[in-house]
Amino acid sequence: MNIPKNLKYTKSHEWVRVEGNTAVVGITDHAQNELTDVVYVEVPTVGARIEAGKECAVVESVKAASDIYAPVSGDVAAVNEELSNTPELLNQDPYGKGWMFTITMSDPGELGELLSPDDYAHHIGA
Amino acid sequence: MESTELLRRTPLYAAHLECGAKMVPFGGWEMPVQYSGILEEHAAVRERVGLFDISHMGELLVAGPNAERALNELFTNDVSKLAVGQAQYTLMCNQQGGIVDDLIFYRLEPSVYLVIVNAANIETDFVWMNTNATVSAVIENLSDRYAGLALQGPAASQLFEFSASLPHFHIQRQDVFGTECWVARTGYTGEDGFELFCEAVDSPRLWKMLLDRGRRLGIKPCGLGARDTLRLEMCYPLHGNDITDETTPLEAGLGRFVSFEKKLFVGQDVLVNQKEHGVDRKLVAFRMTKKSPPPRPHYPILADGRKIGEITSGTQSPTLGVGIGMGYIESAEVAVGKAIEIEVRQRRYPAVLEKKPILKRGQ
Repeated sequence: MNIPKNLKYTKSHEWVRVEGNTAVVGITDHAQNELTDVVYVEVPTVGARIEAGKECAVVESVKAASDIYAPVSGDVAAVNEELSNTPELLNQDPYGKGWMFTITMSDPGELGELLSPDDYAHHIGA
Repeated sequence: MESTELLRRTPLYAAHLECGAKMVPFGGWEMPVQYSGILEEHAAVRERVGLFDISHMGELLVAGPNAERALNELFTNDVSKLAVGQAQYTLMCNQQGGIVDDLIFYRLEPSVYLVIVNAANIETDFVWMNTNATVSAVIENLSDRYAGLALQGPAASQLFEFSASLPHFHIQRQDVFGTECWVARTGYTGEDGFELFCEAVDSPRLWKMLLDRGRRLGIKPCGLGARDTLRLEMCYPLHGNDITDETTPLEAGLGRFVSFEKKLFVGQDVLVNQKEHGVDRKLVAFRMTKKSPPPRPHYPILADGRKIGEITSGTQSPTLGVGIGMGYIESAEVAVGKAIEIEVRQRRYPAVLEKKPILKRGQ
């Protein structure tokens, strides 16, 4: 299972890449593998205020709909429009072209609550 | 959530793990939901050939001089129309006309029938049949002794020399690459194909053999995920979702599998009454007309802003690339081509009522 060293993780299988005051968010390789073929992605609205730990997006496979939780609090700065027509990017490139949205963080201190790559690997039993 | 400790495994469990299956609980069994992926497996069956484990399904043998009469009392379709070697789709109803199970059965010999029932209903059906037939017949539950494999897809017939002599909806005893099987030309995908029933102990070898011989045709092992999307495109009902012991064959649009001419059968009064006076709700098929989240069971169906029913099965159609589904709506609202809406997470998405099956062949 691919768990890049430069990212932070949640127990609910989101990843975060920190770029200054912005958090880029997606789902992990493990998550996309468990979800299987993604056929629909619902991202939050740009400008929406989201709260750490609360559901803010939905990823749907043929079999099931899964909630995505905000890793940190803040305002949604950008969303990946590509996912509307090519939701399979979440399967093909979960850490790259399959990014979901970015958050302008209101409390970067929340990053300290996230899992390190090693902790996440332990969490999924990898 | 079903506890994994209580789940039963088919004789092909090890073969599934070897093929890289993702296992899930289904109807009390631990079954493969997918191997390479639902979309890929679905395409294999529509375009080439796929292999399914259907050993979770039940095999009941009904035999004896009164077998035909007993089954005619239990089933809605006319058993006497079935010649030796033929298959029939039928329903088993309760006194209220509700569907206890839907099933395919085969007349193996003049007074011997093989009845294939849904995995979750094996014990219910066995008890139901024993208690509700007024004449005695031998009803034997062979479910543990037999395994079932389904080979489905346009290329399936290329695997067997006997294909030409086994017509659609017929069954024969055949040696299949060294394994003695009952081979039926039936399935649950809308494609040509076969269902093979053999001794459980022989099934891992047959599974490997079929995958091996099918390799040149691009065969793929297929899980319950693809089985569900394939059957839903064809609008084949799933017992427990689209039909239950609280819905009747006429509500489900399955009236053609009810014989109103034959003698008494369980549920007949209610069904005759429904045929004469109509039903309040009907099972319809629909297709989303714009990009939308996949429709799922229990999502509301609306017309003119008012809830008219609820989804019983829904998915993203791998063949059509849009959401499709079935559900019960008020009979007065039923009209092919009617614009409806599906509510997903408090948002409404446009859809249209479709003639069944949703996947039109020869297009």
